Amino acid sequence: VISATPSAAQLRDDTVRGRTEPSATVTSAIARARDVGAGRDHLNIFAHTNDDDARTHASSCLEQMSDTTPGLLLGVPIAIKDNIATLTLPTTCGSHILEGYVSPYEATAVRKLREAGAIPFGKTNMDEFAMGSSTEHSAYGPTRNPLAPDRVPGGSSGGSAAAVAAGIVSIALGSETGGSVRQPASFCGIVGVKPTYGRVSRFGLVAFASSLDNIGVCGATVDDAARGLHAVAGYDWFDSTSANIPVPDYHEARAGSVKGMVIGKPKEYFPETLDPRIRARCDEALERLRELGAEIRDVSLPNTAMAIPAYYIVAPAEASSNLARFDGVRYGLRIEGDGLRGMYEATRSQGFGAEVTRRILLGTYVLSAGYYDAYYRKAQQVRTLIAADFSRVFASGVDVLFTPTTPTTAFRIGAISDPYEMYMSDIFTVTANLAGVPAMSQPIGLVDGLPVGGQFMAAHFDEMAMFTAAYALERAQAAEARA
Amino acid sequence: VSISIDDVRHIATLARLGLTDDRAASLVQELNTILGHMDELSKVDTAGVQEAIGVGARGLPTRTDAGPPIPLERSLDAFAPSLREGLLLVPRLSSHESTEEA
Repeated sequence: VISATPSAAQLRDDTVRGRTEPSATVTSAIARARDVGAGRDHLNIFAHTNDDDARTHASSCLEQMSDTTPGLLLGVPIAIKDNIATLTLPTTCGSHILEGYVSPYEATAVRKLREAGAIPFGKTNMDEFAMGSSTEHSAYGPTRNPLAPDRVPGGSSGGSAAAVAAGIVSIALGSETGGSVRQPASFCGIVGVKPTYGRVSRFGLVAFASSLDNIGVCGATVDDAARGLHAVAGYDWFDSTSANIPVPDYHEARAGSVKGMVIGKPKEYFPETLDPRIRARCDEALERLRELGAEIRDVSLPNTAMAIPAYYIVAPAEASSNLARFDGVRYGLRIEGDGLRGMYEATRSQGFGAEVTRRILLGTYVLSAGYYDAYYRKAQQVRTLIAADFSRVFASGVDVLFTPTTPTTAFRIGAISDPYEMYMSDIFTVTANLAGVPAMSQPIGLVDGLPVGGQFMAAHFDEMAMFTAAYALERAQAAEARA
Repeated sequence: VSISIDDVRHIATLARLGLTDDRAASLVQELNTILGHMDELSKVDTAGVQEAIGVGARGLPTRTDAGPPIPLERSLDAFAPSLREGLLLVPRLSSHESTEEA
């Protein structure tokens, strides 16, 4: 990570003590964005920015200063993915079809961030409607990886990961349907967290595949990610799938230890075809955890290989239904055609990009008469088996699982043109979405100068276990770097 | 299972997507390639396996169909193209004959 912005904890402390003014923090972030070339002509990190809007939020966050307990993220600028509804900046999902759309209501996660004293700072670029693994498929053009600008930042939350990796913000909100926070976090050398399904309200997150979608958090460090998640987690009436389960202080996991913790190493995530250099980084991370007192146990999640086919049936099926609302009547773009049906078809075919069109058609096909049983019903049954794999392993006494986050490091822009090859980029991440378990990626070293991510996964609502392991690993890495 | 050009045309109609002839032809190949990989699923024995309903151990949560309204920060008339008697009026299509003032 190009370290430029202070940690969220440091920034909050400085703000509370009056050593930093939120307006000065915003000015620094704007300058940083300019200096790293975050604009459309280079890294292309943001879909929408408005300096005055960020300054207004900075002024209003000061109102929290008079509270007895200042917010957890007081004075911390946070970038927000372009599919999460904000009141003052557009929400366009990286799509031509939502051009100019400004939401009349605010996502619960964004409201909670503001209530914690955070400063919303720009909407980040993304693959259109979060369908992609590279942030190349946006109406605003591709985002570049700040660490290697000829390469992708991953996706679909590539803009959020890049904003953190470039040191513009320490925390950014992203969203996940099949790994869209963890995979870009891995490619950009930062931390990315997908919470348990139901942990963070989806109210105001534009729906892609509702049974798989989560709001997730990108952080420069484990602590930044833990604080960001703590701020947005919790029950919300407006999302019927949000869970009324108490939210622990995730950043308290920093005081924890992995001594006696059982860390499962699932063999299916370490196939013989895995890049040996990525395997080596994983082995080094596991060795560090073992030295800290964790027990490393070989385990099996036998249905893993079926996750990509199951995911790419379930997700497009749900998307084909969710995206039916973009019809030229209710939102954004309208292109007239021959009558009402002609208007629908003209608007949707010109408003959606190639990948979104492909997935809508795929989803429509697998749900259509004659194919439903062979594809959709089968995929939902396989999903049950994949979830059962996780339940069995966690019930056997394993506290967390450790795997590589991705099978490769960041690839070059334009290098992958085959859709299915791109889908395989999510091979180690989609399982957590299908099963609804929490998972996170953190940096575990480099291969050819590019970051490699290691992934922790835990049982439902046990984010504390994975944060405990992640803090411990990060500390051990820092100690080794100092030695 | 193999998708034909007629299948692509049919699902595009269901999905309200207009496709050029070239795009429809390339989609036949793209979708067949993707679905070829999906056929792997047929190898899994799912006899007696329940389809996933909801996510995780909690199943599909339900709640009473009541509660507060969506917290709109801007009133309807601030973003509706036009309002009449509390209903949203959307712009009329130019191809529709205008029988009354929209």
